[in-house]
Parts: sequence; C-alpha cells; structure tokens
Amino acid sequence: MTRKQKRLSVIGAGMAFLALAAGLTFYALGQQTSYFYMPADLLAKKLGDDERIRLGGLVQDGSVVRNEGAETRFAVSDSENAINVVYTGILPDLFRENQGVVTEGRFRADGVFVADTVLAKHDETYMPREVADRLKEQGVWQEEEGN
Amino acid sequence: MSVELGHFALVLAFALALVQAVVPLVGAKLNHDKLMAVGGPVALTSCALVAISFAVLVSAYVQSDFSVANVWENSHSAKPLIYKISGTWGNHEGSMLLWVLILVLFGSLVALFGRNLPASLRANVLSVQGLVAAAFLLFILATSNPFARLVPAPIEGQDLNPILQDVGLAIHPPLLYLGYVGFSISFSFAVAALIDGRIDAAWARWVRPWTLVAWIFLTGGIAMGSYWAYYELGWGGFWFWDPVENASFLPWLSGTALLHSAIVMEKRSALKIWTVLLSILTFSLSLLGTFLVRSGVLTSVHAFATDPARGVFILMLLILFIGGALALFALRAGTLAPGGLFQPISREGALVVNNLLLTTAAATVLIGTLYPLALEAVTGEKVSVGPPFFNLTFLPLIFPLMMLVPFGPLLAWKRGDIWAVSQHLFAAFTIALGCGAAVLLFMDRATLAAALGIALGFWLIFGAVTDIALKAGLPKAGFGTALQRLWKLPRSIKGTALAHAGLGVMALGLVSVTTLEIERIVVLKPGETVEVGDYRLRLDGIQPFTGPNFTEDQARFRLFASDGTARGTVVSAKRFYAVRGVPTTEAGIRTLGLSQLYVSIGEVTEDGGLVVRAWWKPWVTLIWLGALVMMIGGTLSLLDRRLRVGAPMPRRKARLVVE
Repeated sequence: MTRKQKRLSVIGAGMAFLALAAGLTFYALGQQTSYFYMPADLLAKKLGDDERIRLGGLVQDGSVVRNEGAETRFAVSDSENAINVVYTGILPDLFRENQGVVTEGRFRADGVFVADTVLAKHDETYMPREVADRLKEQGVWQEEEGN
Repeated sequence: MSVELGHFALVLAFALALVQAVVPLVGAKLNHDKLMAVGGPVALTSCALVAISFAVLVSAYVQSDFSVANVWENSHSAKPLIYKISGTWGNHEGSMLLWVLILVLFGSLVALFGRNLPASLRANVLSVQGLVAAAFLLFILATSNPFARLVPAPIEGQDLNPILQDVGLAIHPPLLYLGYVGFSISFSFAVAALIDGRIDAAWARWVRPWTLVAWIFLTGGIAMGSYWAYYELGWGGFWFWDPVENASFLPWLSGTALLHSAIVMEKRSALKIWTVLLSILTFSLSLLGTFLVRSGVLTSVHAFATDPARGVFILMLLILFIGGALALFALRAGTLAPGGLFQPISREGALVVNNLLLTTAAATVLIGTLYPLALEAVTGEKVSVGPPFFNLTFLPLIFPLMMLVPFGPLLAWKRGDIWAVSQHLFAAFTIALGCGAAVLLFMDRATLAAALGIALGFWLIFGAVTDIALKAGLPKAGFGTALQRLWKLPRSIKGTALAHAGLGVMALGLVSVTTLEIERIVVLKPGETVEVGDYRLRLDGIQPFTGPNFTEDQARFRLFASDGTARGTVVSAKRFYAVRGVPTTEAGIRTLGLSQLYVSIGEVTEDGGLVVRAWWKPWVTLIWLGALVMMIGGTLSLLDRRLRVGAPMPRRKARLVVE
C-alpha cells in the first residue's frame, strides 16, 4: 500500500469505529439514561411501564416506617406532592427525615415506587444537587450554612 | 510565622515558574545557550520552594495549628497522626498543593535527568512545564490559599470528614496525582516538539518511559480508589461509573492508547502525529478530570470539595492549555515528518486497532460523563447517566479489544501473518473455552454470559502465556532450554505479557463477581444465622466499642463452612464520629481464598433484630490483584535495559522513579 492508501484506510477504520460508537451512544442514550424526576413531574407525566427512573426529593417528615424484615417505607416529597417508596436493604448512613435523597427504581402497578438504590453522599450537609436546584426553583429551599 | 513562610515560598515558586515558562522558550527561539540553560536550575529551585510550602502545611496539620483555617476545617487534635498527615491532602486546598508539588517534581526530574536531550527540546519542555506550574500556582494563590489564618485561633478543629479517615484514602490521592500529573511530561514533550516542528528519536525514548510511569501510578490510584469505595462505603460495589471515577478513568484509557502508540513510534517511527495528539489529549483529560472534580459542576458521591468560583478559574486554564495545545497542533502537525509504512495486518496495525478502540471507548465515557451537564445547560432538563449507559456503550467496544489483545504481541512488525498467529493461539483459545465450559457445567448459578466472560479472562491469561512461551522458543527448543531463555528474555516482553495477563485476571474478577455474586438481606437476632453461598453466618451479638475519635456498635458474626466447621469471625460496625456528628458503616470483610464474604449492617429494628446485608463475592479480589499484576508488568517493562539505552537515566535513578 502506498502512504496515501494507508492513511485513507486508517482514517476509514477510524470513521467506522466512531460511527459504531456514535450509534451505540445514541441508542444507549435513548434507552438507558435513567431520568431524574421530582414528585411534581411524575404527577404531570405519564411513564411507560417498567421505566427505570430516578426519583428525588426530601424524605417526608414522619413518613419513615420500618416494616417486617429489612423493608423500609417512606415518602419522597417536594413539599407539595409526595410519592410512596418502598426499599429493601440498608439505608445510607445519612438517610434521615427532611433530608434530600435520590432513589432509583421502578413504579409498581399500585403506584408505589420500588427503589433498588437509595443514594446519599459522604457529607453531612449534603443535598443532591438536582434536588437542591429544583427545591430552589420552587422557593422551598433555604440556603444552609457551611460547605 | 512558619505558616507565612509556606505562603511566601509558594509566591516565590510562582514567580520562578513564570521565569521558567518564558526564559528557556525565548532561549530556544534565539538559539541562545545561556538563556536555555536557565530552565534547569529554576525548575529545581521552584520545586524546592513548593516542597517547603507543602512541608509547612503538613507540619501545621501535625501540630494541630488551628490558627490556619484549612487545618481548622479539616483536622482535630484527637485524630490519629497518619490522618493528621493525610488530612493535608484530604481537602481542596491541600490536594491542589500536592497536585502542584508533583507537577514541579516531574519538571525537576526532566531538569535533572534530561541532560542529554537536545538543548532546545529540553528548554521547550521545561518552559511548558513552567507554564502549567505557574497557572496552577496562580490558581492556588488566587482561589485556594491553604495558608489563610483564622483570628482568633479556635481551640479545636472540625475534624476530617470521617469517610476520608482511612489508610486507603491516605495514599489514594498521591498515587492518582502521580498518574494524572505524570502525563504532563508527555504533554510538555508534545507541545515542545510542535514548537520545534520536529520529532527525533530522543523524543519517543523519553516520552514512553515517562508515560509508563504515569500509567503505572494511575492504574494503582484507580484500583486503590475502587477498593476504598468497596470496603469503606459499605454498599459492596467496586465501580459506579460515577463522574468522578470516570474523570480518572478517561486519562487512563487514552494513556493506555498513548503507551501503545508510543511503542510504534519508538520502534518504527510511525504514528508520530497521532502520538503527539494523544499526548495532548491524555493530559487534557487529566486537566478535565481536575476541573470536573474540583469545580462542583458534577453531582457525585465522591466530590468533596466544590466551589463554582474555582470552577471558572480551572475552566479558563482548561481552555488555555487544551485549546492552545490543540491550536498549535493544528498549525504545526503538518510539519512533522511522516514515518514508516506498514501493512494493515502487522504489529503496527494491531496497535492502531487497539488505539481506535481505546480512544472510541474513551469518547463514549466522555460523552456519558458530560452529556447530563450539556443537556442541562442547553435545555435545563436533568438526566442521570448511569451504569446501563456504560454497559451498552463501553462494553461492546472493550470486549472486541480484549479478544484482540493476545494477537498483538505475536504479530510481526511491518507485515504479519494472521494465520500463523491464530495457529499459535489455538491452544490458548481451546483451554479458555474449556474453562468457560467447566464454569457452565460445574457452577450452579452460572449463566452463558458468565461462562463467556470467564473464558475471555482465561483467553487473555493463556494468550500472554503463549506469547512468552513462543518467545522463549517453545515448542522447538525444548522445555529446559526454553526455561533458561525465559529468564533472559527482555524485561519489556515479560512486562507486556504480565500486563496483558493482569487485564485477564481483572476480567475474571469483574465477570465472576458481577454474574455469580450472592446477596442476602435479612433481619437477624443474636444467635440466628443466614446462609450466604457455601457459608453460614451467625450473629453472636452487638457490642459497643470506643476508638480514638469515634464510638461504634460492633456486630460480631461467626462464620461456618457448609460442613459446620468454624471459619473465624467477621465484625461489621456502625461507627459514629462525634465531632462531625457523622455515622459511617464499616463493612466486615473476610477473604476466603480469592473470594470474599462481605457483611454490612443497618439499623436495629423495634423488636431487637439487626438488618444485615451479606454478600458472597466470588473471586472479587482478582479485580485488584489484576491491577497489581498490570502495575508489576508496567514496572518490569520500565526497567528494561533496552529502554534505558536511549533513555538518559542512570540505573539507580531509574529505579528511584519507579518507587
């Protein structure tokens, strides 16, 4: 092969890989990004069955109930609306009432959100950024002291 | 007083870095020997000054000098000494100081060991290093001064975030930064070559070992971070595709590509322009990582120091360095002379495919990391991109790459014979498939995916064995001779084989733990047991315990094998750090062979039961052992005598760098 052919073939292969990656990326972004919702969004929006989402908000005051076994029920609220969540497992260390959480999972037929992941961060003043931003928009959020 | 000394040393270092950035560059332009020679001594002095500054900060931490705001915010007099020291870089200001210290350290290594580099190349490299150092020193002085005083001085500090009080996190940032910042050398060499408009043999002989050094440290840093997250966060995961993790993984991917393309450049002087571009991109990804982690633009479970004002500053630095370097590349790349020719099927060809796959994989990770940011900036819509995205995009690119790895080292340079190589690899392929089949037959829970994944891991390992065996002369030479020859094989060949085998070992761990892991969530009262895999775990009781700066409730478990024999105890705890009022979960981990039993505990229920989450994690240790094998392979390759012929490093000093 001449230098030019070589260069063209390398460029061609590169393009093919990029096209492959772009294809995969678009497909994945269409399929598999888990979208972030606050309770109010969910009331306004119809979700498809079995759609995996992230639900964020504050853990509603007085809503945490530990059931039989390792199951915990609580409600995620944005101070106006609330969604009931059930989670089996060990909650993060910083899970508390009135704290911001992000939960990940799917809706059950009866409208209860079944979370398989409850996210927290390793900082006591932590509020998930998505949650904080949205609460600020709604004017519910008060800026806290500290970091 | 001494704290002001540290601050003053930092200001001086900044001034010297500016001198280092300008004078050698002008000297190289004018071909003025004396001006070019300024770079070396200035780089060394500036390094000494930053070292003094860093030592001052460390000593402020050790002495619990709470008149320094940074110490007050992140330390406490009751903290164990090791965490007083590591607390120095367990926060934004201190870790940026460590970042710059490592940067100027690398710069001074070029000054020390680069005596037989062409003078103008050396001058330009030092100049670029000086510019990067000056920019980051300015960043520290302007936005993140670690030496700010508090008046009046508080009596007690606020303590280090408990989750960072861990040996793993004491050594993780230094390792990671040695990797991140180590790539600045290849960046500086690339920019210097573009300024010069020419690349010679000395260029490649320098860039490759230094890239290898950075790569070894980055591999170690990522593996360390992964193991820390695994045992400290208590959720039993080792990789989350979290933006902060991706930030360190991106330069690793492109750095790995760079390592391979630099081989082609050194051996065959082909792929020059591509290697220069990769050098620029790799350090750019390091800088991007620093930006993402330090700026607060990301939501992450790991980001612990965030401030938008700093973000803007780092963003400017990013634009300056990445944009500047890429613009220079666009202008000057054409002037670099093209290199050797090769057929598509050849060692070079294999390395090109390696590079294409690695860089495209890096691109998908980059998109997955930045897409949520971009979408939010444009439409305001918030999305989170998580593991499903990366499983769909990254894995399909990485699996074919891993399939191809054993072929690369066996193909000849310039024109390879794919058919002959396939025949050589046939045995490895068969054994690997056999291992997969055995998993499928003898493991109860094994799926086809698990079997294929495990076969892939063994394929990489036996592929590496085949490579070594062939190069030692098997099967022709006979076993005895081959064993003798094996000993004398060049270290770089053994290093390559080890690194590739390490990748296979890691794949085995990843596949087996993700596909064969067993998880149990139960509520136990003292005396009750739970079965996890082949083991039975009995809760003996919960006892309080007091540590130096925390109290904890320890749940003690006794472990039994399936035949009833006792296998020792596992202790899992809920820890409470009173100063910060923070609870943490301490996982109880027991290593059994290559596998681990992992227990974390939740709260005590109303009727006195304890929420227990237990995992059986088969072969999980292989993930990190694999990384270790890769690092050993890299180190072996670095110590290769042939690499040292051109690399202007005396033997003793070369070893010093590796340690």
